[in-house]
Amino acid sequence: MSRRKTLLGVLRALPTYVILSLVGAFMLVPFLWMVTTSLKPSGTTFSYPPDLIPDTFDFGNYVNLFTLAPFGTYVLNSVVVTTVTVVGQVAFCASAAYGFARLSFAGSKSIFVLFLATMMIPFQVTMIPLFLIVFKLGWVNTYQGLIVPGISSAFAIFLLRQAFLTIPRDYQDAARIDGAGEFTVFFRIFLPLVKPALATVAVFAFMGTWNDLLWPLLIGRDEDMRTVELGLAYFNVTSSAYEQPNWPLMMAASVVSLLPVVLVYLCAQRYFVAGISLSGVKG
Amino acid sequence: MTSAVEARAGSDAPTGQRPARRRRRRRNERVGYLFILPATAHLVLFALVPILFSLYLSFHEWTSPSFLEAPFVGLDNYVSLFSDDPFWHAMYNTAYYTVLSVPIGMAVSLALAVVVNQKLRGVNVFRAVFFMPVITSWVAVSVIWITLLSPDAGLVNYLFRLLHLPQQNWLDDPHTAMFAIVLINTWKTAGFSMVIWLAGLQAVPRELLEAASIDGAGKWRQFWNVTLPLLAPTTIFLVITGVIGGFQVFTPMYVITEGGPLGATDVAVYHIYQRAFEEFSMGYASAQAWVLFAVIFVVTLLQLWFIRRRGESNLI
Repeated sequence: MSRRKTLLGVLRALPTYVILSLVGAFMLVPFLWMVTTSLKPSGTTFSYPPDLIPDTFDFGNYVNLFTLAPFGTYVLNSVVVTTVTVVGQVAFCASAAYGFARLSFAGSKSIFVLFLATMMIPFQVTMIPLFLIVFKLGWVNTYQGLIVPGISSAFAIFLLRQAFLTIPRDYQDAARIDGAGEFTVFFRIFLPLVKPALATVAVFAFMGTWNDLLWPLLIGRDEDMRTVELGLAYFNVTSSAYEQPNWPLMMAASVVSLLPVVLVYLCAQRYFVAGISLSGVKG
Repeated sequence: MTSAVEARAGSDAPTGQRPARRRRRRRNERVGYLFILPATAHLVLFALVPILFSLYLSFHEWTSPSFLEAPFVGLDNYVSLFSDDPFWHAMYNTAYYTVLSVPIGMAVSLALAVVVNQKLRGVNVFRAVFFMPVITSWVAVSVIWITLLSPDAGLVNYLFRLLHLPQQNWLDDPHTAMFAIVLINTWKTAGFSMVIWLAGLQAVPRELLEAASIDGAGKWRQFWNVTLPLLAPTTIFLVITGVIGGFQVFTPMYVITEGGPLGATDVAVYHIYQRAFEEFSMGYASAQAWVLFAVIFVVTLLQLWFIRRRGESNLI
């Protein structure tokens, strides 16, 4: 009985599954193409008809990536820049958000509004003066230059402030009566309570920094200060100018650039989706 | 919504406190400033100063990053901007991209959301698959699609041949290049909007749909007359943020087409980037950036005005 029912349900849902699979294929085939192309011999021009699954797998591109091109340096740069940015953003924004949400001091409201107001000015307006400031500080081609401008985010402060506001005031009072100082209250009581929001901020900071192109493009001018994304973009831009681009090598580079992101996404999927829904629902 | 909590947070307001209490309050104030100091210092140095500096730049002729000579030119940058045809061509391309990409992206992502909103076995796997392009960087997406759209060896033209459709020169043809980027954008961002639509769809009360169904409304009628109107806040959010994002598009044009062919995909931010960092006219490029911001701002205000005029002011 119940088995027949599930069978019927599956049959009725069949058209939906067909649609889902078609769209799913449309979403996934480009990734499959990327992976299989990266396993073709270096410098191969494409065959016709295109073979989605090659006859032989050649991992030479991955070796070349780290021996012929300084891709190892790019990966190291991306890891350093992203790690410091994520840790910095969580620290800066959590403490500021706590200050705005839970501590009273003169001018708190207006300073917070100032933060929100800067969110309206697009990066394109500030990138030129920001570059000039970083240039003046002598930070072009340095880690500081790549990291410091992105180490705090008004959006993250806003998101964390909302999280802190939901915690009942009694927690704060109880701890104070027990003689805990403000910093203890912050570290021991409030931070653990907003862990999901902190994870959301960390994941957003990670994705935003690892995948960013425009700022590294301005600051990472020397080859040894390029990030993975910038290195990949330069592979493309420079190769097409003189010669046929080495697609298999570039696809291998794309795969490497994607791996950390996919890993983080798989581990922190729900924080990611939660963050997006939150930003959407707030409107 | 938050005001009740805020009111409570600020409720130890002073009314005739004992000195000890007042001293504690003052210490609390100092602690408060301490907490916001790092982020506020960062805000001043890397957001407020650049904004003011950008305004300053736009009134000067600044042609090298060396800080030496930057003569004040008043409104000259803005005046010459008005007869700068390539800039307005880039603005036109930006608007064209936005007008195409926002509705297409929203329609596709809404369709996806409706499909994956059903209670089906394994639907979470599909949601995750649709989200894959979202987490992929624009650079990697660009590199992948350059090869997929390659005229002789790409997968897309191969499929077109199988289906007896005409071969396209996708990215090298000024007529199709922007459209190709719009399609790539749809592929990349549909999963993101889908998640936002989903949150909206899940907030639609079941009883309303059931009531409509009892009244004889089919699935299609239910969707158009019940679900879609209730999704208005989500729709408005996606239109407004989508238009803002569309006006700021940069990376695909930089990596895929370099603004070409024949300037067909030269969009505002790419144009500004080239003025500032390839020609080093930083003053002029700053003026362009402010004009772009002003356009985005006015377009956003117009949308809000339009929504309000339609009597949906409770939604914003």
